[in-house]
Parts: sequence; C-alpha cells; structure tokens
Amino acid sequence: MTVPTGRATASRHAAPPPTEEPAIVADELVKTYGDVTALAGLSFTVEAGTVFGLLGPNGAGKSTTIKILTTLSTATSGSASVAGLDVRRNAADVRRAIGVVTQGSGTDPMATGRENLLLAARIHGMRGRAAKSRVDTLLEQFGLTEATRRIVKTYSGGMQRKLDVAMGLVHEPKVLFLDEPTTGLDPQARADMWAEIARLAAHERLTVMLTTHYLEEADHLAGRLLIVDRGEVVAQGSPERLKSELRGDAVVIELAPDADPARAAAAVGGLDATREVTVEGRTIRTRVDHGASAVPAVLAALEKQAVAAVTVARPSLDDVYLRHTGRSFAAAEEVTR
Amino acid sequence: MTTVLPHSAYLTGRLLRGTGRQPAFVVIMLIQPMIWLLLFGQLFKRVVELPGFASGSYIDFLTPGVVVMTVLFTSGWAGMAFIDDMDRGVMDRMLSSPVSRIAMMVASVANQAVTIVVQGLIVVVVGLLLGASFSGGVLGVAVMLLASVLLAAAFASLSNGMALIVKTQESLIGFSTMLTLPLSFLSSAMMAREATPEWIQRVSSYNPVDWTVVASREALSADPDWSAIWPRLGGLLAVALVAVWLATRAFRAYQRSQ
Repeated sequence: MTVPTGRATASRHAAPPPTEEPAIVADELVKTYGDVTALAGLSFTVEAGTVFGLLGPNGAGKSTTIKILTTLSTATSGSASVAGLDVRRNAADVRRAIGVVTQGSGTDPMATGRENLLLAARIHGMRGRAAKSRVDTLLEQFGLTEATRRIVKTYSGGMQRKLDVAMGLVHEPKVLFLDEPTTGLDPQARADMWAEIARLAAHERLTVMLTTHYLEEADHLAGRLLIVDRGEVVAQGSPERLKSELRGDAVVIELAPDADPARAAAAVGGLDATREVTVEGRTIRTRVDHGASAVPAVLAALEKQAVAAVTVARPSLDDVYLRHTGRSFAAAEEVTR
Repeated sequence: MTTVLPHSAYLTGRLLRGTGRQPAFVVIMLIQPMIWLLLFGQLFKRVVELPGFASGSYIDFLTPGVVVMTVLFTSGWAGMAFIDDMDRGVMDRMLSSPVSRIAMMVASVANQAVTIVVQGLIVVVVGLLLGASFSGGVLGVAVMLLASVLLAAAFASLSNGMALIVKTQESLIGFSTMLTLPLSFLSSAMMAREATPEWIQRVSSYNPVDWTVVASREALSADPDWSAIWPRLGGLLAVALVAVWLATRAFRAYQRSQ
C-alpha cells in the first residue's frame, strides 16, 4: 500500500496542468427508493480548489448526492466521478482520494481525540512516526491539543465537529465532503467552524463540497452554489451572481391578523414599481428597483389593509430561492419536515 | 488484501480499548457466567441421578454447557456495536474510507474471542472451586475454549450481518433472542442427550451449539474420544467461515439500502 502523505504532497507541489480536470462531475444522477424519487437527474461540475455549496431544504436530495459521491450509495442511473475517478467502477480509489465528514459524527466516543485520529491515519496506510506527527499537527491546527487525552464522549459539540473535520483531513485528501458541518452547533462554535472551513479553502489546494440548509452559511463560505429542491437543480452560480440576477430590493410586508392577504397582494401588484409579488400566509413579498422610494407607494396602496411591518432588504439567497422555486426557504423546510 | 491483517489489528484494538473503558460492563461480563454456573449447579444438582447421565458430577457436566450459553449470550449481541456505529456515523465514515470490510468482521470476532476466553476461564475456575475434576486437564480446557471461540465467531458474524440488514437495536434483539434460546435448548448444554426426546436428539446432531458442547465435554473427560472431537471442530470452523463470509456480504445490502 502506498503512503498517501507522499502522494498528496507530491501533487501539491507539482505544477498545475494547463487545464485542470474538475474535482467532481455528476451527470444525470437519479436515485429512487421504491416509489420515492430522491434525485431526479442531477448534473453539476465542481472545479478543483473551490468551495462548492449544495444548498437546499431538508429532503432536497443533498445527503443522497453526498452518499453517491462518497461511494456509500450507488445511483439508480447516471454517473459521477470524483478526482477523475468513477465512483462506481473505481470506488476503492475514490475512497483513498476523499475525506468525508458525515452528518452524524463518525468519531468513536470511547476513544480519545488522538486515538481517533491515529486510527484514521492508519486505515489510510500511514505508519509509525509519520502517522503520529500528522496527528499531532492536526490536533494543534484545530486547537484540540488540550483535549488530546480525553475521550470524545466528554467533548463539546464544537470540539467534536472540529475533530470530525480533522479526521476527514488526516490523509490529505483531494476532495473533502462536509455534510451539514454546522448543524446543531451553537453560534460561537458555528463561527469557529466557518473560520476553519474558510482557512482550509484559502491555504490548501483542496476542493471542499459542503451541504447546508443555512442560506447565510452557503452565502458566507461557498464560491459556487448549487441550489437543489426535490432532487432537481434549481439554480447554480456564485452567490453574488445569483443575487445580482435579482434586480433591485426585496420588500417584505407583514399584514396584521385582520387584513385580507389576497386583496393586499392585488393592491401591491397593481403598482408600477412592483414585480414578482408572492403571498405566503400573511406575508407578501415583492421586488422593487429602489426600496426607499417604493415603500411610501406600497403603504399608500395598502391603505385599507392593516400592516404590521414593512422591511426592505438587499437581495439574499432566500430571495434567490424564492424566485426559482416559488416558495420561501422557510416554507420549503416546513413542508419537508 | 494486504490491508486485512493490519486493519483487523487496529480495529480490534479499538474495540478492546472501548470495552476496557466501561468497567461496569466488564464486571457484569465477568460475574454473569459465575452466576449461571452457581445457579444452574444448585437448581439441577440431582439431575445426574436421572438415567442417561454418564457423569456423576453435575458441575463437571454443566461447565461446558455454561461456557456455551455464555458464548451465545455474549456473541449474539455483537451486532449492537455495529448499530451504535451506524447511529453515530462511524459506519459511514468507515465505509467511505479504504478500510477492509473483512477486517471489520474479523475485528468484531477477535474482540468476542478475547471476551469468550476470559469468561470461559472464569467458569472453569469456579467449576474447580465447586468440585469439578475436569479429567481432560489443560488440553481439554483448551479444546473447549477453541470450540467456543469458533461458535462465537459464527454467532458474532450472524449478529453483525443481521445488524447491517435490520439496522435497529429492537430488531436485532428480537433476532438474537429468537436464535440463541431455541438453539441452546435444542442441544445437550443443560441436559444429557439421552434424557431428551428423540426428535430433539435428532435435531441437535445438526446444531453447531451441540457440536461445541459435545466436543468440549468429550475433551474434558478422562479418556477423550478424539474421533468425536475432530469432526465437530471441523464443522464449527466451516460454519464460522461461512458466517464471516455471509456477514461481509451484508455490507453490500447495507450500502444498497443507503
């Protein structure tokens, strides 16, 4: 068995080929479980060295996609390659090239952080001093040195998640998969994890594919985004581009309980300044060119309806999601729960 | 294939270390076989007076039976560790790494083997304290432990394979109980073969649990009949190998259902 450290280091210093092959290619991935279609023909490409975000509500097909790409599951039809290797035909080689941080934890609660990392290193063929020094480097890098000798069961959620990521990196993979890396973390731990992922993206020639159902997280971390809903691609591109495709500002009107949402929406839609009016419960959303100058007109049109609040915001990924799927992200989450 | 041995060693180390860090579990594991021997020893004290019992001491007769019962009730639960790993995400991390699948089975079996040998030796010592003679000596005890480890390998593998298919603790508990209790009562673990109904005698000759008991009892006797021991050890080895193979195949079923 070859020692992955050597190979990874070599490729890191080698001059990049003129046209670098994509880190991940998915071509028409379909996955069905009996009558349920989890993926309905998903295609996308991830350039090497980027952070790629897979964004969607619960049940959109994010985890299924990750499972297929990490060889845990096989697609019903379609094909995919990771690091230039077919996930079905070359599963064993794919496993050597990737690091995987699962949605759960993946660490042994009865082992110490160091023991967990050493086991991961040894499974990847590292031996003796090389394995130990790699483990010590990672413990230091992730600020886990003090917890080295404690069993993982005693770790906080944030520490455990850091150890998870460190385990995924032990063999210096080409592609790192992070499935919902910050779900369940408190705000401080989430901020730490964001910093960690941003650092990985900046300093190492590593491709990171992460899934999230937090819009702000995708916006913050990912260079490119794929928005999925019900197993299909809804939109893709950089967060900036996706947002700039939406002209103007978002105006959100919260109606008071006694107002009539349908009439209010009709009144708002009747204005020249407003576009793309949608209604969800007592919330009306619309887009305008200039938020500040449009609000008085909107309020005037709503004269007969009791308004609880009006907010004006620059386009967010929530708006991108709303525009492409016709429902707000929060509403999509509700439905799938 | 060159990764099977080192990976088995690392994963066995992980399991043994984990067990060692749960002192309450270790204590229960050590005390349980003692209680069985003491309890059954008292309960069935006079059963040797029944016709069909060659042995005059029930403790001598019962010791291999208790060792085998211990095997069933320890190894039948091996799959629980797999389910813990699934629930925690360890299984997915393992299966998306270059870890050898066979090594995952071998490690579980090796962990069981260590437990079984320790438990078996405790039962032997308690048996001696209760007055058993074990005429077969050290060699007899060694044969009993070997047969028990082979049986443990078969049961642990079946339990692991089933864990990969059913994926929930409740279902595994059901499966394990359904398998272990009838198999132990359809053997001569507690009762002399001659004292059981004829159909049970017939069924038990196909029962690997019975092979273990018979081989152990024969090896521990004053004048072991090796022609009764070897075929049964061979049969146990074959069953264990088939079980490990089947359980390793169950990884595919697990991945297909993902």
